[in-house]
Amino acid sequence: MKQFLQQSRSLRALTLYFALVALFCLAFADLAVSTRSPGHELWLMARGLLTPQIPDTHQWLDAALYTLTFSLQGVVLAALCGFIFAIFYHRAWVRFLAAFLRSIHEVFWALIFIQIFGISTLAGVLAIALPFSGTMAKVYGEQLEEIDRAPARAIAPGRNNSVSQFFYAKLPLALHAMRHYTAYRMECAIRSSVVLGFIGLPTLGFHLETALRTGEYSAASALLLTLLAMIYSLRFWFRAKLLWLLVPAVFIARPLTADWHGDNLARFLWDCVPAPIREGWAPEKTLRWLGWLGEQAASGGWNTFLLAQIALVLTGLFALAGSTLNSSHFMRGWVRACGDGLLLILRSLPEYLLNFIGLIVLGPSMLPAIIAITLHNGAIIGHLLGKHSDEVAPAVMPSGPLSRFAYHYVPTLYQRFLAYCFYRWEIIIRETAMLGILGIPTLGFYIDSAFEFLRFDVAMILILVSAAMTMAADIISRRLRQQFLQLA
Amino acid sequence: MRYLTALLVLLVSLCASAADTQRPQFTFTAIPDQNEAELIRRFQQVADYLSKELDMDVKYIPVKSYPAAITAFRNNQVQLAWFGGLSGVQARKAVPGSQAIAQGYEDQFFKSYFIAHSSTGLKPGDKLPQALAGKTFTFGSKGSTSGRLMPEFYIRQAFGKAPEQVFSRVGFSGDHSRTIALVQSGAYDVGAVNYSVWDKAVANGDVDTSKVSVIWTTPTYADYQWTVRGDIDQQFGAGFQDRLTKALLGITDKAILDGFPRSKFVPANNHTYDAVEQTAKQIGLLDDF
Repeated sequence: MKQFLQQSRSLRALTLYFALVALFCLAFADLAVSTRSPGHELWLMARGLLTPQIPDTHQWLDAALYTLTFSLQGVVLAALCGFIFAIFYHRAWVRFLAAFLRSIHEVFWALIFIQIFGISTLAGVLAIALPFSGTMAKVYGEQLEEIDRAPARAIAPGRNNSVSQFFYAKLPLALHAMRHYTAYRMECAIRSSVVLGFIGLPTLGFHLETALRTGEYSAASALLLTLLAMIYSLRFWFRAKLLWLLVPAVFIARPLTADWHGDNLARFLWDCVPAPIREGWAPEKTLRWLGWLGEQAASGGWNTFLLAQIALVLTGLFALAGSTLNSSHFMRGWVRACGDGLLLILRSLPEYLLNFIGLIVLGPSMLPAIIAITLHNGAIIGHLLGKHSDEVAPAVMPSGPLSRFAYHYVPTLYQRFLAYCFYRWEIIIRETAMLGILGIPTLGFYIDSAFEFLRFDVAMILILVSAAMTMAADIISRRLRQQFLQLA
Repeated sequence: MRYLTALLVLLVSLCASAADTQRPQFTFTAIPDQNEAELIRRFQQVADYLSKELDMDVKYIPVKSYPAAITAFRNNQVQLAWFGGLSGVQARKAVPGSQAIAQGYEDQFFKSYFIAHSSTGLKPGDKLPQALAGKTFTFGSKGSTSGRLMPEFYIRQAFGKAPEQVFSRVGFSGDHSRTIALVQSGAYDVGAVNYSVWDKAVANGDVDTSKVSVIWTTPTYADYQWTVRGDIDQQFGAGFQDRLTKALLGITDKAILDGFPRSKFVPANNHTYDAVEQTAKQIGLLDDF
């Protein structure tokens, strides 16, 4: 009992610290609404949403096919690599490599690969496959670690890590969870594939960006519904049996091609060497360059931190409240189905897209990004948490929904809730940095500018800064999880 | 092992694509400085015209950003491009030997407009009003000549400070059409825009001039041009660059010219853009510290 009290006190303190940091950040954040008549634009959007229309069927089919092939090829390659990493996940350098791969956002990978391979299938597929393999390595690795060790010990006592032991006594135990997770990654890959269209690859996002930018909301609505349809239909076609057919089919339909020339790669790599070394600058000039670079890294990093911490706490609040929509403690029957449907729709919309729409409606500030990240991540956590709450026994004393929420629901689920939030923390930082591409002054803004002026050395350094921030969040959240949360 | 097989498949498909490029395809692109639909209409006409004049298949590929256009040019994905002043300078730096071959007649004396939302109360004048300070401001694309480079140069000249220090908020709309839309909606108080895109939008009735109007016009400078890669004759046979230049200068079809809108195309060379390059260096957009 004493231990329990101590633990709940420390959880409360932990929450308080995060909330205080977010409040502190709020004081510095730019949250202005600068459009004068957001209502009008919203009305146009709503009208467009209800009247979906495909202006060019051929173009639409082509984009849909590209979206599918990018995501399927990316996930298949990522699952293979991730699986191999997971086998060796006990080695520190594998864990580091996986953490590094996933700390750089798909969009940044794509910007790099477009430089090397041109606008091509290979660039798109690699941009998805690399970060995803890092994420899948982590989850597969943890799933393999969490299995019951007894069968493995029983087969070959004393020996550890033999190949047959792995395939007969370890893998089968984790396989179900791994399959389940791979299906979820496929959903993420479709989202990522759409987002890559926004920066020029030929997926649905390419036309979605055009449609949103020019206010053709009916076309945008059709594309959006296509995205949702793809994600919802996953459960019908993303199955082991069909994949034996589908995977070769997509590799034949859209083979991995690239505008590939050795000298493009050589030149790109040469350009990635920091300018002072590449061009042999004098120390004075180098110092000026370093000052200029440092300013961008500092300002970008600071804004990324501000935005991410605010978004993290709001994500938590939204997730706690939103999870009740998918919880048997509060909703039943069709009401719950609707509530869960709402969370699933919010979860299906990429934060890049939500931010893009937010910028049109609210104008340029950090507000659209905060809303976008909160809705997307909050819906993901909310959905999971709600589902998890079904395992919790109903409250013993009958009481109203509000007191049930405050005195039964939240306290019993709080550890699980914090664990989910910490898991999302690194992802939120990664996303925040990336959203700068849309104009908020986080790291992505400066990275995009560096690409704009072909300063690949600067782009690489700033991408490494964002990777370092993401990995720092990963490490801290792992420590916090170990220290404060004892989950089975 | 399966991973190795996948790698093998990947390499084979790479070789296959390399074999495909044996017979060169002539492709061009353009910086996406405005509405995509408008660009596709305009450059599809140019592609058809060039296909006929050069008696070969000419393809236009649309891109999403200025650097994407430069990268495609640099990587020989396109051999010809319609660049802005600054992006042309960047592209020619990235591909040594490449040449500016033609510009629009109007591009010899191009200009930018500063436009303002009516609620700011700013009035048209013959210099940049000091009342601009503290307003919100949007450029076009980060790498645009008429939407970024020249406006920034004149802002620095008038205020002696970087735009970020003059205005309360500085944004990059992405393209000129979007700049007009954002200032018209009031999302930004003031913006800088390509005069030709503005004039055409006003003529088409796409602008609500009671909400947004021109408050200042910059002095003139050289802007857009067609740039070809230096190795184009090696790729498509001796004399190809001359034939291409002739074809571009010989565009008389009013439908094509009005699409730009330009009255005709005139010869240009790399030195035409020396002043643009100098300006870009001065405000630190091209590597110089």
